[in-house]
Amino acid sequence: MNRDVIRTKIKTFLGKFFGEKGVESLGDDDNFFELGFVNSLFAMQLITFIESEFDVTIDVAELNMDNFNTLHKIVDTIDKKISQR
Amino acid sequence: MSKKTKKIKCVIWDLDNTLWDGVLVEDEEVTLKSYILDVMQELDHRGILQSISSKNNYEDAMMKLEAFGIKEYFLYPQISWSSKSQAVQEIIRCLNIGADTIAFIDDQHFERDEVKSAVPEVACFDACEVVNLLKKDMFNPDFITKDTMRRREMYQADYKRKKVEDAYQGPHEDFLASLDMHIHIAYARDSDLDRVIELTERTNQLNTTGYTYSYEQLKAMQNSDTHKLLIVGLDDKYGTYGKIGIILIDTRMDRWTLELFIMSCRVMSRGIGTILLNHIMEVAYRSNMALYAKFITTSKNKMMQLTYNLAGFKIFEKKDDYILMHNDFGHIQKMPDYVKLLSELEVYEDDQIRRKHG
Repeated sequence: MNRDVIRTKIKTFLGKFFGEKGVESLGDDDNFFELGFVNSLFAMQLITFIESEFDVTIDVAELNMDNFNTLHKIVDTIDKKISQR
Repeated sequence: MSKKTKKIKCVIWDLDNTLWDGVLVEDEEVTLKSYILDVMQELDHRGILQSISSKNNYEDAMMKLEAFGIKEYFLYPQISWSSKSQAVQEIIRCLNIGADTIAFIDDQHFERDEVKSAVPEVACFDACEVVNLLKKDMFNPDFITKDTMRRREMYQADYKRKKVEDAYQGPHEDFLASLDMHIHIAYARDSDLDRVIELTERTNQLNTTGYTYSYEQLKAMQNSDTHKLLIVGLDDKYGTYGKIGIILIDTRMDRWTLELFIMSCRVMSRGIGTILLNHIMEVAYRSNMALYAKFITTSKNKMMQLTYNLAGFKIFEKKDDYILMHNDFGHIQKMPDYVKLLSELEVYEDDQIRRKHG
């Protein structure tokens, strides 16, 4: 699965949460804390989505917002996980 | 900390020959058992929820319950021809409570065994045991608070909310905005202490340490210079959720340490935990107080760990019996537009001033 595909899927997911409008203009390195209030429910759903969509496992302890707060970082994290499978 | 018996949070009733005498599909004239209403009302008063698992035609059974005037006692009644264990599991899912807090009552041995085999944590009772039910320890909560007595009502409001939530098309944030939520954080008053104890004992999922305290211990912390004991309430357009959270901060050593942070699982999908943590961070930061938090990992509190991580708490030190986390205020989120927050937790200097001037 290439990075563009991963990116598109994540963007679609974010759109469901924050509304498509904001996500459309979201750049790869924009912190999506700017999109709206990020709560733990969102974080939980993001983990669940990533795990089922890309067949990887993410430990709660790994979920530090520093690896998850931009599109770029999420794609990196998933990419790395997939290559370790 | 003593390990007490698990208290029952929900009783699931069978209908035929358990709640009433007779079998509805064979005889429309079933009669309610003489003692049932008293038992049901007392359970309700004790804050124990009630539901139904019955093999019957849904409409017929509901009409009968309505005719007896007891329909409103039951949350998420499961009346269909599928297995009783499926019904029990569905009720557990809807109420979001542990299987070990469920009692299932059925006159048929086979049904009790079927439930037991699928969900072994459930306590099963024969219908003839109902007369002695109220005496059993597990049906006696340690105390009855205002929130206890209103529990069913609050769950019914939750049901309405859930229906609206499930039908909601659009971003989750817009849904939250539609609720018009008001959070209030207040120093615990005497009248809150029983509820604090109740929450510490009943909450497993959204609980950071699992610490429990006696009334005397809470009383000592409540008016002390060493701790801040706060209780959180939530209301929205559907009514009140009651008191749904506890924040206990140890203020010794010139720092704030979150000793305990608890949210009722009923507000899990409201994002309240993150909002409260950001508020605490904000106040600590403005008071020039370093902020730490204790955490004890259990099999059930993964969501709380995530909430701490997301709020920027990082592992600082692993102690023998807990993890100490630290927050460097690297990212404090501002209050979302969709809630109104009223808080008695103030900046430290204000606190000092208040003490000086009483």
